[in-house]
Amino acid sequence: MRSDGSQSAPIGLKIAAACGLLFLHLPILLIFVYAFTTEEKSFVWPPPGLTTQWFAVTWNRPDVWQALSLSVRVAAISTAIALILGTLCSAAVSRTRFFGRETISLLVILPIALPGIITGIALRSAFSLADIPFSFWTIVLGHATFCVVVVYNNAVARFRRTSGSMIEASMDLGADGFQTFRHVVLPNIATALLAGGMLAFALSFDEVIVTTFTAGQQQTLPIWMLEELIRPRQRPVTNVVAMVVMLVTLLPILAAYYLTRDGDQIAGSGK
Amino acid sequence: MSLDAAMMRATAPAILPGSGGLRGALSDLFWRKPKVLLLLMLLPPVLWLGIVYIGSLFALLAQSFFSIDEFSGLINREFTLKTYGDLFQAANLDIILRTVTMAALVTLASAVIAFPIAYYAARYARGRWKALFYLGIMLPLWSSYLVKIYAWKLILAKEGILTWLLAKLHLLWVLDAWLSLPIVGGNSLSVSFTGTFIVFVYVWLPFMILPVQAALERVPGNLVEASSDLGASPGQTFRNVLFPLALPGIVAGSIFTFSLTLGDYIIPQIIGTSRLFIGQAVYSQQGTAGNIPLAAAFTVVPIVIMGFYLWGAKRMGAFDAL
Repeated sequence: MRSDGSQSAPIGLKIAAACGLLFLHLPILLIFVYAFTTEEKSFVWPPPGLTTQWFAVTWNRPDVWQALSLSVRVAAISTAIALILGTLCSAAVSRTRFFGRETISLLVILPIALPGIITGIALRSAFSLADIPFSFWTIVLGHATFCVVVVYNNAVARFRRTSGSMIEASMDLGADGFQTFRHVVLPNIATALLAGGMLAFALSFDEVIVTTFTAGQQQTLPIWMLEELIRPRQRPVTNVVAMVVMLVTLLPILAAYYLTRDGDQIAGSGK
Repeated sequence: MSLDAAMMRATAPAILPGSGGLRGALSDLFWRKPKVLLLLMLLPPVLWLGIVYIGSLFALLAQSFFSIDEFSGLINREFTLKTYGDLFQAANLDIILRTVTMAALVTLASAVIAFPIAYYAARYARGRWKALFYLGIMLPLWSSYLVKIYAWKLILAKEGILTWLLAKLHLLWVLDAWLSLPIVGGNSLSVSFTGTFIVFVYVWLPFMILPVQAALERVPGNLVEASSDLGASPGQTFRNVLFPLALPGIVAGSIFTFSLTLGDYIIPQIIGTSRLFIGQAVYSQQGTAGNIPLAAAFTVVPIVIMGFYLWGAKRMGAFDAL
């Protein structure tokens, strides 16, 4: 317990911190208001009236559903691949010390440390050199690559907290390697994997920069959104989709936070 | 339990039996030779990242040494430095300079805005408030990138909420005066460099707050108290105690803000002028122009800049703060 616990902050600091947080949150709240506006042609504020009719219009738009379905399928498969690769890698790195361990951590982090455009154009160059046509799988290839790190970070943090002696105890009691994994290791890391999986899903569901290089003519929901931002067709529909996307990405983050908040490292602190 | 397990029990009663079958054999193998298990665990992720990612990076590098045939538009797969020659034209150097300046300004502004939030969260927020601050930084970080940009399009539009607010406050003349300035001004904020700058700062701010907060968490509170006990004013304490200790965190955060700004092409495309940034140049070269070699060469620029940046950051101890 630190002695400064009860001390109160100088007023200037309080105001600056509060303004900073407001700056971060007010724009997001605005999205929820615009989803109900009756204005069709411009971004006029205040909204001339409120309506829910655009939710119905959006519901009946096949292009939105197609884009949503592609995004969900890509995110699901990328998350599955990232879960397998990330767990394997984190288990190897945290259980043993071996030559090149640091290099492997770097290798995992690199796809997210370099700007997305580098990952994107690199994949694009590789597809062009190898004459691979754009498909569902070229999108997944890119997404899975940068999702590994999210699962990896979560799992490594959890492995660091679980003690190795539990595994030894399990083996001493006669369990073989697979039983130990099934009954001792897996229950211990399950919530960390769930949190990592959710964050990976959110990351993939929202990704646009790498996707523009690997998708060709296909439209994921973020690419649909980008098209609307560049060449607006029906603004109220975009407003509604923006609100839905915001909710879809926020819920996994909140869930991941509650799953890992008791730990020393909470999920999501590295994107 | 299979037959060979039973046999093992008969011949070697002092040793625990293996569980038998393929599964048992594998389990025993992993126990006796942990290296095999390690290899099997590492192989899939390393193969994936090695082939898909490192392989692609090499493909990118290789492409930057190819050139495009100006007449046929086909890519000539022979080693040449011609593409890098094209890169160093005045127009392209302009793009690079503009992007680097923007990245530096965005980094500076993010650090200034991030510091009070990070400091409050690290030193004064406790219990429920701490959690609230944490979520308050995490939610904007993870919420949809495009939707955040869209929100700013709503705010900065000529008919949007910012103009409305300034009109209510009778401050519209400030906005008009700012927009009439060269370079930073424009028709409205959503088509000016000022707009691009604000959105960049907004989108990357959480990436700056987190490492600064992590660095400040490690500063003991009594250090600040000791400084004021010894007669330092709050300003002096900030300059001589807090700032040097937070610096590795700021540098760590600046890696993100700088590198993300260098590589972004969507923000300046949606909110900004028609003058290009590096990312936009890369995108248009590979897309409409079909000139992948030049796009690849353009991408090498941020990689090199970030290489130097990371080298400098490492020397300042920024990686311990990550």
